[in-house]
Amino acid sequence: MRIYLLGLILLASSQFASAAAKIEHWQTPQGARVYYVHTEGLPMVDIQVVFDAGSASDGQQFGLAALTADMLDTGAGTWNADDIAQRFESVGAQFGAGSSIDMATVSLRTLTEKPLFDKALETMQVILTKPAFNEADFQREKNRTLAGLKQQEESPAELASIAFYNTLYGNHPYAHPASGVIKTVAALKSSDLRHFYQKFYVAANAIVVIVGDLSKQQAEQTAEKLLAGLPVGKKLGDLPDVAMPVKSSQQHIEFPSSQTHVLVGLPGTYRKDPDYFSLYVGNHILGGSGLVSKLFDEVREKRGLAYSASSAFIPMLKPGPFLVSLQTRNDQTTQALQVLNQTLADFIAKGPTEAELIAAKKNITGGFAMRFDTNKELAGYVAMIGFYDMPLDYLDTFQQKVEQVTVASITDAFKRRVNPQLLQTITVGKSAEKSAK
Amino acid sequence: MNNRLLTTALLCLPVFASSAETKVFEHKLANGLKVLVKEDHRSPVAVSQVWYKVGSSYEPGGITGISHMLEHMMFKGTDKHPAGEFSRIIAENGGDENAFTGQDYTAYFQTMEASRLAVSFELEADRMRHLHLLPEELKKELQVVTEERRMRTDDNPQAKMQEHFITLAYSNSPYKHPVIGWPADIANYTVEDLQAWYQRWYAPNNATLVVVGDVQPKAVFELAEKYFGTLKPSDLKPLKPQTEIEQLGVRKMTVKVPAKLPSIVMGYKVPVLKTAANEWEAYALEVLAGVLDGGSSARLSSGLVRGKQIAVSADAGYGMTSRMSDLFELEATPAEGKTVSDLEAALKEEIKKLQENLISSEELQRIKAQVLASNIYEKDSNFYQAMQLGTLETVGLGWQKADEYVPKINLVTAEQVRDVARKYLVEDHLSIAYLEPQTINTSTEKKGVK
Repeated sequence: MRIYLLGLILLASSQFASAAAKIEHWQTPQGARVYYVHTEGLPMVDIQVVFDAGSASDGQQFGLAALTADMLDTGAGTWNADDIAQRFESVGAQFGAGSSIDMATVSLRTLTEKPLFDKALETMQVILTKPAFNEADFQREKNRTLAGLKQQEESPAELASIAFYNTLYGNHPYAHPASGVIKTVAALKSSDLRHFYQKFYVAANAIVVIVGDLSKQQAEQTAEKLLAGLPVGKKLGDLPDVAMPVKSSQQHIEFPSSQTHVLVGLPGTYRKDPDYFSLYVGNHILGGSGLVSKLFDEVREKRGLAYSASSAFIPMLKPGPFLVSLQTRNDQTTQALQVLNQTLADFIAKGPTEAELIAAKKNITGGFAMRFDTNKELAGYVAMIGFYDMPLDYLDTFQQKVEQVTVASITDAFKRRVNPQLLQTITVGKSAEKSAK
Repeated sequence: MNNRLLTTALLCLPVFASSAETKVFEHKLANGLKVLVKEDHRSPVAVSQVWYKVGSSYEPGGITGISHMLEHMMFKGTDKHPAGEFSRIIAENGGDENAFTGQDYTAYFQTMEASRLAVSFELEADRMRHLHLLPEELKKELQVVTEERRMRTDDNPQAKMQEHFITLAYSNSPYKHPVIGWPADIANYTVEDLQAWYQRWYAPNNATLVVVGDVQPKAVFELAEKYFGTLKPSDLKPLKPQTEIEQLGVRKMTVKVPAKLPSIVMGYKVPVLKTAANEWEAYALEVLAGVLDGGSSARLSSGLVRGKQIAVSADAGYGMTSRMSDLFELEATPAEGKTVSDLEAALKEEIKKLQENLISSEELQRIKAQVLASNIYEKDSNFYQAMQLGTLETVGLGWQKADEYVPKINLVTAEQVRDVARKYLVEDHLSIAYLEPQTINTSTEKKGVK
């Protein structure tokens, strides 16, 4: 009997250890996909409604998606911006709306105590289904966006990032900054936002993420209530393929800063990429893992050339950038760029050592539980899984997929995917000749 | 708001809050190391932080920023572990780690699976007393910190203005100099300077070890005894008070930097929890900050950004947990066609309203509801909870203050908010800086390379 019980306990705890998060999934009557994880211990819930309505859907009106999301809480139903803010804040709820390249996200963090929860949820529902896009609010928010765009121009890091995406993506919808550019934002009209909203903020184009202390039944009611007033509409978001650059290029932007910001890269990987895990683990060794990586070691630890030096793959619906970056004193730019390129070239040519791979795997799998040890982080993962339509056991199989990566698979993936002949280089800073004057 | 916290990770300033059910276990080792443990069993992980009572406000002239420099050097090896090995071992154990320096503290942290706590204790105990400061490592790391300063301050107009602004606001308080230090001081640290700073402050009786996560307090205390128990305490010399003298009139400055938008920052000298004549004054100032900037319904967003539309952004900031008296700051960027003078007048008008009229009961209720809710949201993060305890203990308030926050905020009345506005937000104790943008000339050059 005791042995039997012990066996049960072991079984139970090993199941607990292997199931990262139990994601439940269903569709609302209008066809929105719902992803729900029940968490206990805190009387709170994080809710996200994610639309396929990021800046990649801007068309030629760069900044349209961002301004549409920004304006959602400036007026809805019979409420103005003050009413909306008071309704959330009087119950301690935190509301947000924003967009990235692929998606627009409307989020709510609230307590689950019924009267508080109900008020917050009702407010979010009206924002989602009856935003006003009033002319006066529109003019003000547009002016604030324009001021923000102007302010970007005082930052060498921002200028470098904008130039980098432009160079990598050319005419592709990933090329322009998500917040737009001054010329296109200035030309937007409130009717443009209303049309964008009507087309993209529809149930078929939405997913709902619920992570927190709600029962399944409550979660079902929540998702249904939130989207009840939205038309079914159409699933959108077919994006053109990304064309790889045909040759490498270098672009320098002269800027009166003390450091030069360096970005090197090319279009990299996408969410459902079969090479994803080889590229991810390989990059972890190259420059993706904080204080221990080849780039950090070569640039900072050995030479003191920069405060940060790192590399990243940013997986999106279509190949997002592979990007290597550092910032260094203007007169060291040539040297730093040379170290960066050499480190990258060596890695592509030789791949990692077996010891480096083992260390990286230990780091990734050993720290796996920390990736989603807060509701906030877990909700982020669940939204990613839902939006990109990844398998529901993505988190459960994550460690196994990392373990399956080999030195050969990394070397092979990097050789095919990161061709040094196609790298795009952006530098923003004061050039050496001009600094010397 | 202020550039007071330097770290490679992105962290928020600890606006602390906690509730009555908080259960913190405390144990003091014979060598003076205080250990605080809080259980959170939602996930099989734990964060471990070592907090030292030393930061930029402890530094004399000539070596400003040395606390931050020493933070960097703490990764450069001990007698037992050569440079880089600390980070390598933590990484191999699946850990996340970093460190941060503020005006009042220097702290080091690792987040790992809870069963690996011993790994972090062994390494932290080792570098608490056995750091190896090597000239060649210092030489490189001086360059790294200089690059960090260029990135954070020198090439960032707002940060640069803030740095100049605090030199204006303070007369003799050590809050006058930046956490990262002045360039000439950074360039001239020697191994001897760092050795002396390390000897003086890095000791178990000047540190607090905080662990939050899937742990048992008793087991953590035993582990702490095992690894930290043998370390020798230091004979700590008391810090000189350096109390700020009274300001005798408004101070103004213009900061001309390459930038695209003008902005204004205003700061009133105010007490904090530790220095207030009456403790409630600090809580009342905290509520006052919430009235102005506690969300989108607060007065600055509602009145200046939306109502009058004279600002594209407007913020108020107050931190009640500093070691010494601090500033209540207001910061704003004018809307197109408006000026920093318009903003100055509008911000002063907001202060005047707070001095003349009582805030509404809706505003007070809203802030109390937000504080109560935040108190629950914050428990979602072990790291944040550990930050609260570490900060409170290190500035000398004691971690118990975390439990008092919600009830003390709940006691604040509209009259008290008006009273602190009248007593502390006065013109003679105000400093103002105006950012005057200078033209940025840029040009682009493209090269195709085969």
